[in-house]
Amino acid sequence: MLDACARLGGSGNLATHTADSEAGRPTSRAEAGASPLIYRTKLPVRIWHWINALSIFVMLMSGMMIFNAHPRLYWGEYGANLDTPWLVIGNRGTSGFLYVLGIEIPTTGVLGYAQNTANAFPPLVTIPSTYSLADARQWHFAFAWVLLISATLFMLYNIVSGHLRRDLALKREERSLSHLWHDIKEHARLRFPTGDAARAYNPLQKIAYLGVLFVLIPVVILTGCTMSPMLNAAFPWLADVFGGRPSARSIHFLCATGFALFITVHLLAVVLAGPLNELRSIITGWYRLPKERSK
Amino acid sequence: MSDDKSGIIMPAPSSLITRRNALMGGAGLLLAGCDQINASPTVKAALSLGEKATHGAQRLVTDRNALAEEFSRAEMSPVFRQNGNQNPGTSAYNALAANKFADWTLSVDGMVAHPLRISLAQMMSAPRRTQITRHDCVEGWSAIGEWSGVPLGLILKRAGMSSNAKYVVFHCADSTGGIPYYESIDMIDAFHPQTILATHMNGELLAVGHGAPLRLRVERQLGYKQAKYVMRVEAVASLDGIHGGGGGYWEDHRGYQWFAGI
Repeated sequence: MLDACARLGGSGNLATHTADSEAGRPTSRAEAGASPLIYRTKLPVRIWHWINALSIFVMLMSGMMIFNAHPRLYWGEYGANLDTPWLVIGNRGTSGFLYVLGIEIPTTGVLGYAQNTANAFPPLVTIPSTYSLADARQWHFAFAWVLLISATLFMLYNIVSGHLRRDLALKREERSLSHLWHDIKEHARLRFPTGDAARAYNPLQKIAYLGVLFVLIPVVILTGCTMSPMLNAAFPWLADVFGGRPSARSIHFLCATGFALFITVHLLAVVLAGPLNELRSIITGWYRLPKERSK
Repeated sequence: MSDDKSGIIMPAPSSLITRRNALMGGAGLLLAGCDQINASPTVKAALSLGEKATHGAQRLVTDRNALAEEFSRAEMSPVFRQNGNQNPGTSAYNALAANKFADWTLSVDGMVAHPLRISLAQMMSAPRRTQITRHDCVEGWSAIGEWSGVPLGLILKRAGMSSNAKYVVFHCADSTGGIPYYESIDMIDAFHPQTILATHMNGELLAVGHGAPLRLRVERQLGYKQAKYVMRVEAVASLDGIHGGGGGYWEDHRGYQWFAGI
């Protein structure tokens, strides 16, 4: 998840035609010598990106309010106030703290106690902003459907259209450690691919997207289902897979943290790689290839 | 929600303090805007579609008689915390408790051919089921305990429940701020083999804090459905007209979902 994915969910459509070759496209104003505008992000990818972005934000924000109802996490088959948590966000008076794996970190003003509110997560980041577990659950379980249905359809699209095989799967040469290490170094120097290399996703970017699609989204949905006592009764293997409901809740929270990290790096990468060009490509599909760097 | 922008893009703030104030004001307006969205009846109606979808889908994909997971004694919570109302505290209840509930009776009425009054001694001698299950609170914590009691289905059959009855309502001795606690379940859950009226917990008579002398266990739903201090079981065709009509205290007063399967 810690990669700097330079582009907002482009389809990586490797079609070689540029805008200039498409009659009627408003690209003739591209001045001579400008790098070409390519149609890179297909409509289904763009639609899914935005539906998914909305549902992930609502899920994270309502999820933080749900977490506020019992801001402690456990491993195992049971876990309540008198059992031993591995993570607590709490407060003593007006001092907030985060306790994680035996270490307590003061977090007043951010977690535990912030905005004059003794909630684990402060009003600014929760849905709704004032404490309401019931309302947060309504938001969470309505948008859970949006997330589930859109992710399922997108997954089918990925397979049927070839997007997965063509654009997301790592190419043979990209799978070597030396290649990945090179990509990591390039990202660390904030040197993103240019020219023709920018037509496709780079390896770290692919790994980040694959991680969201095939790890974070499925695991967050399955751990969510594991917390349902009704689904738990019908499908007891769910709790067996995740090691019990409290463990599933912990993993659910870790997935949420993974989404938050992804979003942070993703948005940072968008800003560094040219926010307007990136935004245009995820809204309209059209992307201007960054000019080849002079070596 | 767009109101915040006026706060953030205030013209030429002359000092950092002013700008910060503007930002804080913007955040405040943003929150106010979001809360307006949350309070909108249209939004609430739209979100409740998700609740209906969840209820329908869970009933569709789950076996109606699927049993909640049962555990061994070794897997039980060392301490099973008490929560919610922990003592009805009324003089009537105190009098019953003082006499170890010897004078307590459970009323079974509503749409039944033979209304019943069942004493605690009769409950003790009725066929019973013992199960070690996980109690999942809506807040997110879980505790594993052993429950023993009389299957609700047996009692409803004994009372000759009408086939027109759709719900079973549990009237309780406890109340919050003068509002009595109650809960309700549908017939799928009422006749589920693990749905019992428990007299015992962890091998002992129910403690007052856990709902003595009788507590509902609906093992495939969340904790707030597990009504404590049950005094009366009523079979009804509709939840309309019973208290707030939402089917339970938390449903009526706090907007919690009636179907607590997730």
